[in-house]
Amino acid sequence: MADVVILLDAYASVFGMRVRVALAEKGIKYEYREEDLRNKSQLLLKMNPVHKKIPVLIHNGKPVCESLIIVHYIDEVWKDKAPLLPSDPYQRAQARFWADFIDKKLYDAQKKIWTAKGEEQETAKKEFIEALKVLEGELGGKPYFMGERFGFLDIALITFYSWFHTYETLGNFSIEAECPKLISWAKRCMQKESVSKSLPDPKKVYEYILEMKKKLGVE
Amino acid sequence: MAQVTLLGFWPSPFVYRVIWALKLKGVDYEYVEEDVLYNKSERLLKYNPVHKKVPVLVHAGKPIAESTVILEYIEETWPQNPLLPKDPHGRALARFWTKFGEDKIPALFGFFMTEGEQQVRATKEGQEQLRILEEQGLGDKKFFGGDEIGMADLEFGWLAWWLEVLSEVSGVKVIEAESFPRLYAWIQRFKEFPTIKETLPDRSAMLTYFKGRRATFLALAKS
Repeated sequence: MADVVILLDAYASVFGMRVRVALAEKGIKYEYREEDLRNKSQLLLKMNPVHKKIPVLIHNGKPVCESLIIVHYIDEVWKDKAPLLPSDPYQRAQARFWADFIDKKLYDAQKKIWTAKGEEQETAKKEFIEALKVLEGELGGKPYFMGERFGFLDIALITFYSWFHTYETLGNFSIEAECPKLISWAKRCMQKESVSKSLPDPKKVYEYILEMKKKLGVE
Repeated sequence: MAQVTLLGFWPSPFVYRVIWALKLKGVDYEYVEEDVLYNKSERLLKYNPVHKKVPVLVHAGKPIAESTVILEYIEETWPQNPLLPKDPHGRALARFWTKFGEDKIPALFGFFMTEGEQQVRATKEGQEQLRILEEQGLGDKKFFGGDEIGMADLEFGWLAWWLEVLSEVSGVKVIEAESFPRLYAWIQRFKEFPTIKETLPDRSAMLTYFKGRRATFLALAKS
């Protein structure tokens, strides 16, 4: 029986992008459905009643929620192609630890860069760069976070790259100046079709954020 | 077999999740108490430089931090008495509820850190999340993991022992048999489960400790 895979997503979501990249890495055919987050579909509300958020992967009618949980799921179901997590338990633990770090430290800081002003924004910029520098240290001289192969942790972080132009413009700073090695890594990831085809145009993200700010009355 | 060491702090429910996992799987380990409030050891700072927190599991000299990451590691390294089902969708659900437990910590613990009007609101907020947990997470199952204790049961284990103490110390009742019948029943089953029952911190010591913590939080909030 053929698999029916649907992804409920929103094009600018760094979390949704993670799932797109994972699906592309595995060569999985799926139907992409764009959600209007101000007017959520009945399907989304039914498939993720607890959080009512995207991304949601619907596989043969059954929903899987939370981006990193979805990536784990994809890796476990389609295990014969392009493994996303390393096979060694300790390496897997490291990948999970750093993905958790990204979701805790990086996410909160980046949000304030485009929603806040003045001192609050400056503090957010500092925290954001600090977190990126710690991640850059973790990368070290490796081509990808877990070594020679692109995988789970690269997927967890690379999606934020589509937002860098937005952060830099609104925050008036250069991420490349602070974290050159990380930018090299990002450009290396972008050379992969699974990544470049899954991430939106950074300029489009910026326009989207400007519109969001207007609507939220944050300018 | 390689040495397993757990850096912990006796009143921490995060630490106890790891202890329960190790005990359920019959893994021998050395427990090391860390004075996390006043005097973190060089060893802790070396093994968890990013967060400087417990629990930290050290296996064959290699450290793993963050309780949910540690639980996944324990599950993969010692597969006996599994904490996750075999099927990917079941695993995704177990992980979903485990993450729910982590994400909702501020809402669930709010009642303990507040007083007066704020506490009334915080208690309601926490109970809303518990309602979702009871109806959609637990449902009619014996445990979150189904017939056996699983990862999500360990995540919410604090409800079975810590919540009562926190409630007493804060002067609010968060879960009662009438208001949360299924969670209440699960609580009784979980804390009576043999391995869990013999692995719980001393209640009166907890009362003293958490009374002190609440006083500290309230004082900080006022300053």
